[in-house]
Amino acid sequence: MGLLDRLKSKLARTRETLTDGIAGLFRGGRPIDAALLGELEELLYTSDLGPVAAEVTQALARAHQRGEVKGEDDVRARMREVLVERLDARGGELELSHRPTVILVCGVNGSGKTTSIAKLGHRLRAQKKRVLLGACDTFRAAAAEQLAIWASRNGAEFVRGGPEADPASVAFDAVDRGLALGVDVIVLDTAGRLHTQKHLMAELGKLERVVAKRLPGAPHEVLLVIDATNGQNAIRQAREFTSAVKVTGLIVAKLDGTARAGAIFTIQQELGLPVRYVGTGESLELLEPFDREAFVDALVGAGLQR
Amino acid sequence: MFESLTQRLSSAFSFLGSKKELTPENIEEGLAQVRAALLEADVNFKVVRDFVLRVRESVTGAKRVGGVEPSQQFIHACHEELVRLLGPEDARLEFAKSGPTIVLMAGLQGAGKTTTVAKLAKRLMASEKRRPLLVAADVKRPAAVEQLKILGAQIGAQVFHEAGLAAPEVCARGVEFARKHGLDLVLLDTAGRLHVDDEMMAEIAEVARRVEPHQQVLVVDAMTGQDAVRSAEAFHARLSLSGVILTKLDGDARGGAALSIQSVVGRPILFVGVGEKLDDLDPFSPRRMAGRILGMGDVVGLVETAQSQISEAEAQQAYEKMVLGSFTLEDMLAQLRMIQKLGPMKKVLGMLPGMSGMAEHIDVDDRRMKRLEALFTSMTPRERLHPDSIDLSRRRRIARGSGQDVGAVGELLKSHKAMQRMMKEMNKLGLGARLGAKQKAETLRQMSPTGELASGSAGGLFGGGLSGLSGLFGGGRPSAGGMDLPGKLPGGSGPSGGPFRGPGRRPARRPRRGNGGPVRRSPAHGFVRDAQVRVETQRETEAQEGQGTLESPPLCSRERGRPTPASPQDLRLPPAFVSATRLSFLAHGRRHPHEAHGPYQSALLLDLGL
Repeated sequence: MGLLDRLKSKLARTRETLTDGIAGLFRGGRPIDAALLGELEELLYTSDLGPVAAEVTQALARAHQRGEVKGEDDVRARMREVLVERLDARGGELELSHRPTVILVCGVNGSGKTTSIAKLGHRLRAQKKRVLLGACDTFRAAAAEQLAIWASRNGAEFVRGGPEADPASVAFDAVDRGLALGVDVIVLDTAGRLHTQKHLMAELGKLERVVAKRLPGAPHEVLLVIDATNGQNAIRQAREFTSAVKVTGLIVAKLDGTARAGAIFTIQQELGLPVRYVGTGESLELLEPFDREAFVDALVGAGLQR
Repeated sequence: MFESLTQRLSSAFSFLGSKKELTPENIEEGLAQVRAALLEADVNFKVVRDFVLRVRESVTGAKRVGGVEPSQQFIHACHEELVRLLGPEDARLEFAKSGPTIVLMAGLQGAGKTTTVAKLAKRLMASEKRRPLLVAADVKRPAAVEQLKILGAQIGAQVFHEAGLAAPEVCARGVEFARKHGLDLVLLDTAGRLHVDDEMMAEIAEVARRVEPHQQVLVVDAMTGQDAVRSAEAFHARLSLSGVILTKLDGDARGGAALSIQSVVGRPILFVGVGEKLDDLDPFSPRRMAGRILGMGDVVGLVETAQSQISEAEAQQAYEKMVLGSFTLEDMLAQLRMIQKLGPMKKVLGMLPGMSGMAEHIDVDDRRMKRLEALFTSMTPRERLHPDSIDLSRRRRIARGSGQDVGAVGELLKSHKAMQRMMKEMNKLGLGARLGAKQKAETLRQMSPTGELASGSAGGLFGGGLSGLSGLFGGGRPSAGGMDLPGKLPGGSGPSGGPFRGPGRRPARRPRRGNGGPVRRSPAHGFVRDAQVRVETQRETEAQEGQGTLESPPLCSRERGRPTPASPQDLRLPPAFVSATRLSFLAHGRRHPHEAHGPYQSALLLDLGL
């Protein structure tokens, strides 16, 4: 099974509603008119596309006026085109150009950071990399225990601090230990924080600086984990996290539900952050490199047409 | 750019505000804005569609209410509809008549179930004297059990878990354990699950079947997007949900999910999670929520806080100080402390109408308040009563004592002087008296964000407080004052009309519900507790009378002769601070007599220069 197919089958549920919706719109041979476009826009909203929904619809309306869009297939193709264009081509698998590569993972509470890290660790281990996981979430009860369990399942090295230790000091220790052990990748888990909490965002900035002190140039990647079920608020999260630390990419978690994570279109447009991975299930191997074509295909169901 | 719902609605409403009548065209324009705003706030599009339909109906059909600006009527309709959609006020968790009350908590991964279980247990231990058992039935996520155990230890609640069992079995045994040990509340913390995961959904249905929980609560992340409806539907299909808890509402999520879920589940939202600490769980109030969504801020919440935190005696004392016109450093300190009691400044700011959007951009340093307090407490009582006696050597001593430099002392004395002077002038002038009745009426109308609080005395405070606050944060934000405001709440530097949201609109209707409050001495005494009720009844009255005279009878004996019209510019505020005294007056149903003239002019203008 190819990668595209896998992702597609994972996104099957995503596809269902929207594509059924599109097919439904055209049922009975309806012509493309304002009413139909209005309904299409509403459908796009259900994918959390937000303002992008209106933009896509307007692009369609213009194309229709020029006579370029005639039927259902044209609509799909055009939508696909417009949406793919909006996504960064740089997404997908991380390039580990440093040794060790330090990856800092952040996000709001409950977005799926720890689970994503476990999956990422698993993925890297499968590539025969030596991995160290650093538990810098010293706030939430049992967060370090959770990561410790994953580390031992993955066969990764693990560093944690005492309860209520300064997260930055744990990060420092983790990098220190990683260097001593000569691992390939150091992944730092951080506590969930709402992007509106200035002091916690500052804490994250400090963590980043402290890591750079131990290893100049680190962290090489700062990944923001976005919960696919989040709506337009994800954009605000991305904005705030980007201004606190130098976020280099996104992980979209929980994409195996019916949520679409349409907010990433606006995030890309505004902040230019490539999506690196998507979480598509509970088991460890279900973290896939992001493929924009597959993602959009799954969204509009254009893949089915070919 | 993504605009907050508040901002969107504000612009929609200001558009309407410029029109004299509600016409089919401008209703449609307003509705289009509301629709876009709600969609951007993640309200499900079907819900939005219904919402728009209803508002259109109620606005189009409605007779114009005399004296009420069409825009207000429109906003009122939106607000009412929002409140209605958001469900009942004061929903409560029902307890079982006998035996332990079993509460099942369900939700998606990362919604905040485990934290909420601990918060809920803590809350019910304190308020209902319950003895809870927390059952760790999340056997899936690594260390979830461990997490609940730690939280349980923190709040002093027992945690039940048996390793190696399936979730339904753990729950059943947990309930058994509670029965045996005389615990009267069982909270079942289940694993987060995706609503499309049939296996897991079957598991939770099995839990519900086995233990027959009295309450089945869905825990939902307030940041959830359009998917909220789909997941809520799925959970509702498998369980019979009795309520919802909304988490992470301390972020900047607009609460669109709340609306969506209500429309699907039709069960009340019981609590909202508003912070990371285990105390941060508040009862849900649809009226407050709707107010927040519409940009009215959480006025009710703020007043409630003031009520509970500032004693009547304190209010009385401050009141007398103001009447006497003497305002010493001692009083200033008292004010500072009152304000601190309301909670972190950021929270207070967020509760103010139009400020919620701003609060996130302002770094309010509560330590600054502490530093100010240190200055005050480094003075001798005599110095505080006689600020003039503070010479350079005393300044040096105070600076040393508070660990700050002499400049800080000077600053403080300067702002005290300024406030003192201002109060004197206010007392002398009674600026408000110079405005004609017509202008008052106009001002009143312009001030009203929704009509709900149009004449509520809260308006006086928050109109004024708001302007003050915007000034407070310095000139660097020229747009701040009016930025977010629905309707035409004036900003600190805009043409201001705030003063006349006084309570004197319908003095004939007084006295109202007394609640054993102090005897109100003049018609000008307001009663903010009843602001909502009062406005409602007032609106009815207006509707009955069919005439829109907002002209108030003389607000105070000071107003004599023919009033000279004054330009609204006269009422511009210097940098000021929302007055704690004023809050306390509101809280205790009392108003400063001068507020009748111009509430915020005569308010204590505590320019603390945060």
